[in-house]
Amino acid sequence: MQTSTTRQTATITGSRSKDPIAVQLLLIALTFLFFAGFIFMPLALVFSQALQKGVQLYLDSIREPYALEAVKLTLITAAIVVPLNAVFGVTAAWAISKFSFKGKTLLVSLLDLPFAVSPVIAGLIFVLLVGSRTPFGSWLGEHGIKIIFSTPGIVIATLFVTFPFVARELIPLMESQGREEEEAAITLGARGWQVFRIITLPNIRWGLMYGMILCTARSIGEFGAVSVVSGHIRGMTNTIPLHVEILYSEYNYTASFAVASILVFLALTTVAIKGAVEKHVHNNQ
Amino acid sequence: MSIEIRNITKSYPGYTALDDISLSIRTGELIALLGPSGCGKTTLLRIIAGLETADKGSIILEDKDTTNLPAREKNVGFVFQHYALFRRLNVFDNVAFGLNVRPSSQRQSKSEIRDRVMHLLQLVQMEWAVKRYPSQLSGGQRQRIALARALAVNPKVLLLDEPFSALDAKVRLELRRWLRKLHEDIHVTSIFVTHDQEEALELADRIVVINKGKIEQLGSPQEVYDHPANAFVYNFLGNVNVFQGRIRNGKVVIGDHPVDTPHLLDGHEEKNGQAFIRPHEIGVSRIRSSESDLVGKIRDIRIMGSQIGLELETTGFEKLIEAEIPRDTWRNLQLNRGDEVFVTLNKVKVFTGDYEI
Amino acid sequence: MNMTLFKGKQRKILPGFGLSMGYTVFYLSAIVLVPLSTIVISAFGMNPETFFGAISSPRVLASYRLSVSTALLASLFDAVAGFLTAWTLVRYRFPGRRILDALVDLPFALPTAVAGICFATLYSPVGWLGQFLAKINMELINKPSGIVIALIFIGFPFVVRTVQPVIAELEPEIEESAQSLGANRWQTFRKILLPHLFPALLTGITLAFARGIGEYGSVIFIAGNLPFKTEIAPLMIMTKLDQFDYNGASAVAFVLLLISFTMLILLNGVQRWQQKAYQ
Repeated sequence: MQTSTTRQTATITGSRSKDPIAVQLLLIALTFLFFAGFIFMPLALVFSQALQKGVQLYLDSIREPYALEAVKLTLITAAIVVPLNAVFGVTAAWAISKFSFKGKTLLVSLLDLPFAVSPVIAGLIFVLLVGSRTPFGSWLGEHGIKIIFSTPGIVIATLFVTFPFVARELIPLMESQGREEEEAAITLGARGWQVFRIITLPNIRWGLMYGMILCTARSIGEFGAVSVVSGHIRGMTNTIPLHVEILYSEYNYTASFAVASILVFLALTTVAIKGAVEKHVHNNQ
Repeated sequence: MSIEIRNITKSYPGYTALDDISLSIRTGELIALLGPSGCGKTTLLRIIAGLETADKGSIILEDKDTTNLPAREKNVGFVFQHYALFRRLNVFDNVAFGLNVRPSSQRQSKSEIRDRVMHLLQLVQMEWAVKRYPSQLSGGQRQRIALARALAVNPKVLLLDEPFSALDAKVRLELRRWLRKLHEDIHVTSIFVTHDQEEALELADRIVVINKGKIEQLGSPQEVYDHPANAFVYNFLGNVNVFQGRIRNGKVVIGDHPVDTPHLLDGHEEKNGQAFIRPHEIGVSRIRSSESDLVGKIRDIRIMGSQIGLELETTGFEKLIEAEIPRDTWRNLQLNRGDEVFVTLNKVKVFTGDYEI
Repeated sequence: MNMTLFKGKQRKILPGFGLSMGYTVFYLSAIVLVPLSTIVISAFGMNPETFFGAISSPRVLASYRLSVSTALLASLFDAVAGFLTAWTLVRYRFPGRRILDALVDLPFALPTAVAGICFATLYSPVGWLGQFLAKINMELINKPSGIVIALIFIGFPFVVRTVQPVIAELEPEIEESAQSLGANRWQTFRKILLPHLFPALLTGITLAFARGIGEYGSVIFIAGNLPFKTEIAPLMIMTKLDQFDYNGASAVAFVLLLISFTMLILLNGVQRWQQKAYQ
């Protein structure tokens, strides 16, 4: 008797589960409640605040020169950081997934280090390394090179924070694909670069793209590390998140949320692309 | 292209995959490396291809030492167990790959490459699939493409790693015959690895039986099957009944039955031995043909197609004896379960010394 | 022993090992290892009194306590919410499931500063949620509980994404056979499912916790940053930096790093032990 009723509920909801329908509904309701409070409401809030005083003010806020400067700096940073970390990610994944060597486990854990480091510390280490009060930093200063409180500082702090994204995406993918295709290619006479370009790269393009998107999203949105090294000079060393912070602390909420809405839009795009990539990979298997 | 394998040794932490292997292969031969899994046969194949390095020894292809040549320069065609087709390239580009990656000075023109690819696809009967991707092909079809791809670069040697093991039984049989015919047509020196003795017996000109990194026997299928060099080879090639016995006066005594062993010359000294006999070598009859015949009782009858398998219980033998007789004989003798028959074991072969499987 | 040595020396078959390995080690050192070593050098370079003075001042100790306790609370809440979410997303079919599934990653993707101003605004006394809390005399803003809210958001995807694949791999047959043996629903959950999911859950909690104690952007807006009350450890580092107290900042950072690394190394140990237990 018991079995037949649970089987029925399973077919009603089309679920893989035999939990009683009441339990299913309760858990689904709880999940929605959590999402309402922690995901949907913040998202709705951003757009509601941003558009509170009309579309015109919204557009003005994001077209204002300082905002545009912040966007520009953020994009320059991403344009430097993402390719560098992508090249590194591919290189590291090639070494780790296609060869066996001693110390591989250690190397893989070292790649993940930046994830375990507070963003503030990520900024601090570069201040300690090349800040104007350090020997190296003052030497650089004498030669007219300024890193901390200027664009190079923002770039290297962002490099650190987004360092693992591409490699982490590619290593499991390339390990699951094995070495046979590459081996087949070399027995057919292909050179290293040809093997990589014709065989490996097409096989990893989705993972690479997704890793680069994550890297882009994080480099655009990084706040703590950049906050330490930037010096908050408006129109000079302000990225989009720093600009959001400044506007907010000046009680200019509408403008702050308007600029934040750009970031929300980027985040939603990232999440949507991730969903699409996963679906694509899933369908291809 | 002849292949000379000299003293190849390869160890991994904890075990020796290949122990001082030497072997010479003549131009145009089709050789089977036969052995249980983990015996080192695939390692040997990969060393010849340059996909693995040997600790010691050398590989000589047609008088040229290629031991330290990178895989790319060996010009060896390799067919992988799981095909290793390039999943993002279509069939045409897969087969054309080896031709397309040549340095521009040696590369053929586009139309020459096209002709070569189409010729090969015709050879493997896959010209209809030229625009397909590997994921759209069955296992047998992928294997043919893998073969065409390996042949495209005119390899000096063709190496096949368990080429049929991932296929189902019917396709395997079909592809095996087809490969035999293909080899007769193109006659490239070929080595294939297999753990399937039937495959080796049917396809190869010569069989190399390998166990635990050593060559147990090398010979034509007939030699290896009819005159196994040792107990391992006997046991590995085909079904066989194994009995423990004592050798005494040119006879082997199994249980308390003395069985004639005509081939055993030094049989005067008494020692332990193992007697082997294949199921189809056992005579089963309603009438006694010699003094040494055993009396057996049929415990089970299995219809295996053209052959009939019998399980025989004989007094003095601990184990059941497996025999195979042709269907006609079975019909003529009108054998039923429980019948008593006379069992002739005069083709038994005895090996002395320790032996482990 | 000799064999292992020999294997290390063996020629690599696929091309590019030297180049890719060399570049990997170089880039890793330049971007991560050398910069991180400055903290260690700085911490060991200063005299012990400065170091211990910096990390044992009452204000710093209060900030450690706050960071650890709020991160712990938040990660435990995430364990429950994340587990329920993962279970619901894997096992049930309902409209909007795919959208929820995709949005689990939002806290990864959303810049922390944006999350920070959102929660600060939502829970302000006139905010969408804060106004109701104000009526029952409960306030989250400028309180440790506000910090917990922000950290719940930040840590949530870590739990879901580590638990989800494990639930997906769980064969429904295991539960069915347990139930056919007479176990009730709660027994099945406690005796069969929980032990199976525990390693993943622990991993998720640890990751959420490690992320939580270092989190900065989403917290500072809602926390109010009152010394001794709502000043988190990363903010202490920031404050000391603003005062050009590099030694103090390094000392605080060193201890914070030590806590996260210890957590992750412990986790690694637990995972290995679990794997061995399964073999």
